[in-house]
Amino acid sequence: MRILGLVLREIRYRRLSFALGVLSVAVAVGCLAAELAYLGRYGAARQAQIDAKIDATAAAMRRMEDDYRVITKRMGFNVQIFPRAQDLAEFHAAGHGTVFMPEENAEKLARSPVVSVQHILPVLQQKTAWPERGRTVILIGTRAEIPGGAGAAKKPVLDPVPAGAAVVGWCLHRDFGIAQGDRIVFRGRELAVAGRHEERGTADDISLWVNLAEAQEMLGLPGKISAILALSCQCEGAAIEGIRAEVAAILPDTQVIEYSFQAQARREARARAARARSDAVGGEESFAEASRRAWEEFAAALVPVVAAACFAWIGVLALLNVRERRSEIGILRALGVRARDILVIFLAKAGLVGATGALIGYFGGIAALRAASPAGVPLFSAGLFAAAMLGAPVLAMLASWLPALMAARQDPAAVLREE
Amino acid sequence: MLAAIELVKRYDGPRETVAALAGASLRIEAGELAIVQGPSGSGKTTLLLACGGLLAPDDGRVLVEGQDLYRMTPNERAAFRARTIGVIFQQYHLVPYLTVRENIMAAALAVSDARAGDRAHDLAARFGLGDREEHVPAALSTGERQRTALARAFLNRPRLILADEPTGNLDAANAETVLAALAEFARGGGAVLLVTHDPRAAPYGARTIAMKAGSIGAPA
Repeated sequence: MRILGLVLREIRYRRLSFALGVLSVAVAVGCLAAELAYLGRYGAARQAQIDAKIDATAAAMRRMEDDYRVITKRMGFNVQIFPRAQDLAEFHAAGHGTVFMPEENAEKLARSPVVSVQHILPVLQQKTAWPERGRTVILIGTRAEIPGGAGAAKKPVLDPVPAGAAVVGWCLHRDFGIAQGDRIVFRGRELAVAGRHEERGTADDISLWVNLAEAQEMLGLPGKISAILALSCQCEGAAIEGIRAEVAAILPDTQVIEYSFQAQARREARARAARARSDAVGGEESFAEASRRAWEEFAAALVPVVAAACFAWIGVLALLNVRERRSEIGILRALGVRARDILVIFLAKAGLVGATGALIGYFGGIAALRAASPAGVPLFSAGLFAAAMLGAPVLAMLASWLPALMAARQDPAAVLREE
Repeated sequence: MLAAIELVKRYDGPRETVAALAGASLRIEAGELAIVQGPSGSGKTTLLLACGGLLAPDDGRVLVEGQDLYRMTPNERAAFRARTIGVIFQQYHLVPYLTVRENIMAAALAVSDARAGDRAHDLAARFGLGDREEHVPAALSTGERQRTALARAFLNRPRLILADEPTGNLDAANAETVLAALAEFARGGGAVLLVTHDPRAAPYGARTIAMKAGSIGAPA
């Protein structure tokens, strides 16, 4: 018979004491295992909720930002590119460009890697007579926006006017009673009315939009345009200086003006939308982080409390065990068993209490949690199980250390003499 | 075999210090069974514990086979005691959860002996416990318990046995068994220090040592 045999026989003899020790460890380990598994599951579920909320918020904010973009886009083009020779004073006085440049400039700009302007649209614009109606109008020849080299095709700011068609400004269709689908004659050319603009309060109200090629023909300016219209993007370097630098690199014989009110409003609106999205998502992330931290703090506080209670209980049981076994210790010492072996006897028992309790407690806690909430959750954690199987015996031995030391140092003569 | 030389042991009482041993000396040779007698409180048990290396005297020396027990380290003394000295007490001090055989074998916990099991079996048979080997102490009679303790004292083949009132609770037949076994041990070359009040022991002892107030008188 060896020391371990003695320990096992004593455990069998004092089953209740051993069971109480095992129970305390099992309860502690079970609580911790179940608690941590629950926290893990709760945390995962909560994180999923928060992630979904963040995604929903981000999507809503993106929609809002897109709405802003669309709304500000309706404000129209905010950049115009003219031939360098265009006198801007003359342009403002006439209400349209008076110097022309090749239409291919617009193609060249669209094909270039320029990023600060989009929605490239060549236009030919002239104030001219509408002899058939005895009015002066602004004739605007346009074509489809020229798509850039990169990115998806964008919805045009201005829909193209097909050949043989015209779009009529507010004053014109009001004064002449022109309806959609009517046919009108302009400078000897019959055109179908494809659209009518509502009142805008600008020179657009006396404008007539036709296909660019037809305008060039009517004005005797084949292949010519008076300006390139564009929309400044809301990206880095989209301020007017950046736009001018980029455009000058592609079209050195041009100049750029910006309709500052529209550009500024567009920039501010989109910046605010982006900020709102960032704030909303950031708020959700902060809440998620705070929530996760609170649960971690709770778990961190729970572990030492449960461990301390178990530690104290094991220590008390060990002390009672030592007191109960005074006579046994005395005779074992009298038989030549060393103090160190007495220490081992008590620590081995404590280790067995810890290991058995950890085994029962871990699987008991997990089983209880599974029974309470059968939802499929990864409850078993090899790391936690290993920690319990190592930590519980070590803790139990530490808790029993002092009583075991008292047993080892017990004076056998005192016991034998007393009895 | 055993020499106790001028042993002094004092206990601090609530009012005064009591000298349990006051210069007690004795010598027991191999093959001798010495009986120590004296009134209660005369220091008999203290003498026995001191001779067994279980209670360090305040003064004096204990030599067993020429070795001074209290010049050894505690571990050396424990190992020496396990190999050399057997002890028997009036209260048996059996381990309650071990069977008779395991209780006898408990003496081998401190020594490495592969044949301890066989010897425990033989000793159980020798002391009439053959059919009780698998019983725990609670299932034994008083005499069986003391015979178990006796067998345990013999397990490691000691050269010295210290017995403190081993027949105090026994009937005549069991007392006879115990005393006869001790006498036989002595005849086989061992030494026995027997502390007892039991007059039945007298015929077995080579000599009787009287103790009084911690001192040993002239041999009776």
